[in-house]
Amino acid sequence: MRKYTPKDDVQQKSYFTDRFFITPSIPRTNPSEDEIFANDLENLDTSVEILESYVEMGHLVIYINPEDNKKAITYLRDNLDYDFLMELSAIDYLAERDGFEIFYEMLSTSKHKRIRLKCFITEKQPLESVESIFKMANWSEREMYDMYGVKVVNHHNLKRILMPDDWYDYPLRKTYPLHGDETAQWYEVDKIFGKEARDVIGPEERDSAAVDRYDTTRFSRLGHEVDYGVDITDGKEPEHTPLSYQEEGGVGLFGKRLVKELTPEKSVTLDKRR
Amino acid sequence: MAQHKVNYLQEGGAPIALTTIDKIVNFGRSNSLWPLTYGLACCAIEMMATGASRYDFDRFGTIFRASPRQADVLVIAGTLTKKHAEYMRRLYDQMPDPKWVISMGSCANTGGMFNTYATVQGADRIVPVDIYLPGCAPRPETLQYALMMLQKKIRKESIFRSSKRKRLV
Amino acid sequence: MKQQVNRLKPFFENINFEREDNTMVVNFGPQHPSAHGQLRLLLELQGEEIVKSVPTIGYLHRGMEKMAENMIYNEFLPTTDRMDYIASSSNNYGFALAVEKLLGIEAPRRAEVIRTMLLELNRLTSHLFWLATHALDVGAMSVFLYAFREREFAMDLIEDYCGARLTHAAVRIGGVPLDLPENWTNELATYLDILTEEITKYEGLLTENRIWKMRLENVGVIPPDVAKSWGCTGVALRGSGIKWDLRKEMPYGLYPELDFDIPTADTCDSYGRYKCYMQEMRETAKILRQLIPMYKDSGPELMAHAPQYISAPKEDVMTQNYSLMQHFVLVTQGMRPPRGEIYVATESPKGELGFMIVSDGSPYAYKIKMRAPSFWHTAILEELLVGHQLADVVTIIGNLNIVFGEIDR
Repeated sequence: MRKYTPKDDVQQKSYFTDRFFITPSIPRTNPSEDEIFANDLENLDTSVEILESYVEMGHLVIYINPEDNKKAITYLRDNLDYDFLMELSAIDYLAERDGFEIFYEMLSTSKHKRIRLKCFITEKQPLESVESIFKMANWSEREMYDMYGVKVVNHHNLKRILMPDDWYDYPLRKTYPLHGDETAQWYEVDKIFGKEARDVIGPEERDSAAVDRYDTTRFSRLGHEVDYGVDITDGKEPEHTPLSYQEEGGVGLFGKRLVKELTPEKSVTLDKRR
Repeated sequence: MAQHKVNYLQEGGAPIALTTIDKIVNFGRSNSLWPLTYGLACCAIEMMATGASRYDFDRFGTIFRASPRQADVLVIAGTLTKKHAEYMRRLYDQMPDPKWVISMGSCANTGGMFNTYATVQGADRIVPVDIYLPGCAPRPETLQYALMMLQKKIRKESIFRSSKRKRLV
Repeated sequence: MKQQVNRLKPFFENINFEREDNTMVVNFGPQHPSAHGQLRLLLELQGEEIVKSVPTIGYLHRGMEKMAENMIYNEFLPTTDRMDYIASSSNNYGFALAVEKLLGIEAPRRAEVIRTMLLELNRLTSHLFWLATHALDVGAMSVFLYAFREREFAMDLIEDYCGARLTHAAVRIGGVPLDLPENWTNELATYLDILTEEITKYEGLLTENRIWKMRLENVGVIPPDVAKSWGCTGVALRGSGIKWDLRKEMPYGLYPELDFDIPTADTCDSYGRYKCYMQEMRETAKILRQLIPMYKDSGPELMAHAPQYISAPKEDVMTQNYSLMQHFVLVTQGMRPPRGEIYVATESPKGELGFMIVSDGSPYAYKIKMRAPSFWHTAILEELLVGHQLADVVTIIGNLNIVFGEIDR
């Protein structure tokens, strides 16, 4: 029987697992220990419902409901002086928790602090666009839609951005294989030559350790080049041919040399590059 | 590299006798190869460095032309992605004959380190390639050597024989 | 020779200029001689003035974030090189710093000095490349050749150190693998002297040049609130008057000990950004001069001592048995970092380069999101290009210093 491979997460997993090793977690501290964060948390609490909050590695991480994302971000920008939205994306937890965790990474230049807003949505749940608050979300949300399939509403132009417009499926999901599914592997052949050319061009070579039978004959080995047709079986190969930049005897016409002959012996090696 | 069947013996293999006209035309063609400015990714930086002051590309008679209608050589420098493959084929089709293709760097040869869903595993799935350059990114001297090898290859061609181009299909 | 038949049909975007509003659609396609990579701009022009612009990206999307989920951390490091391929050590450093903070280890002093030297050298190569291509696009072609000559000297230095000109992978998680060769610091010092003279020459060629000023002043004006809303960082932000540089404001590595200034510009246009870049090159030379004595005073260790996560130095691996076993496990299975999330941002030559690593304890990362500054500098083109002339498009794209490796990842 073949080993069971879970279909909801096809990324590469570690071959060996240590049964007795308990993975430590990064320490999470209470936000009340840092006064700026404590203050911000208190103020944000008045406006939006906070599900959980902690401080991890200098970031204040706040969990909110997905419906409140616009309100929270507007509040953070207008009242708490977080003037940059640095990053927004989704983390795929479809296998474990059946949803995506969206995070918004914000920065306050005056307070020199970073905050991470997180919310959890299910696969098909729509998410409000924050484009009207920070214009950078325009492209970030398009990328999130392209890579994960997160439905963003009230976005003026939700099209694919990194993949071609007619791509099938969402690449960064855990169910999508690294080498791409069938439409992905034949995408360029289908688009340019049509499905009939699939047999002619042949499938992609995805095995990085593949060795072709004719590999050594088709490569020119620098320093051991021989002209095509010369017999090199059984050691008849010339010992060491110098790198032949030009043909033997130079490029000539009517017995005259048209291109100056390159003689490696006359070349000068500099000790110091100018 | 692609797995399609290419008959190397048929494609410009055996040495043929060249007439004087051939030699003149080949001399002209090989010493004034005009590449298309086609830098895709990191190899483009090395191509620009080859064209810059230290490793001068202009001494080979090459001038980078922006329009494919005026270019001879297509130097594919960088990763070819599936989104871009269509446009590269268009550019190749727009180039008039005679045209050659140099595939520069691992990504253009075989897809390189990007063994992913969005990378074309080798530019020779789309266009027929004459010279493959290994390297990531290949040094400017490598690109110069490849150009000289292409020049040698061009000088072996005959203009009277309908030279069967290495075809994909 | 007959053309090979395929399915691609010609298309003409601007064939419908018989519409009422009479705008012409120009496709600034994925291949164009402006040396910045694969940007496709669909411009609607009214005469020579742009009415609407739609930047399209994704032509260099190679799936790096997905690769990160299928590779161990050390294996992924050379891939980060190819993000901002002009200054590759800065991406390596950003990633290595993020993983080190996740693991809770610190690199030793000499490794920090070498890393900062590499970072600043990369900043120099990146700014020289910016100057070269920007000048080439605007029309000053000789500056391209001069700046590339300086860049070649810097790449010689980096090549002497790690062997590669462009994609270095010279910074590892936990430190650096190699020590500087002999005489490297002296060559660096001579290079810096040459460089400061040459920067003066470039400024002499361009700064007071009438044509340069006419093409760059009042072109690409980004007011500060627009810059903040669009997430611009780096020189795009400092060129609008906001003095924010991560090396000074939220310092990391050796930057608290180094003495340098942050140039800003009050005219929010391309000319201000140009002046910021030139001044930044001088500041970088200043930093490098301060680093040379720091290198001489540091102890010989190069990698952090954390046997659970990092292999021992090569001499130990080759002679001691336990080091060899640990090294084998770390290379084949990968190290297992603690569970959690971390976002670390560094100041790359383009802006704020951030790495968000979500780890679930396994040797393969659960998610790595790379925050590339050029992504939003390209997004701003949607709004910025409207109202400019067609010739200004090339100036603005060049001035914003975008690299497609990091936009598309």
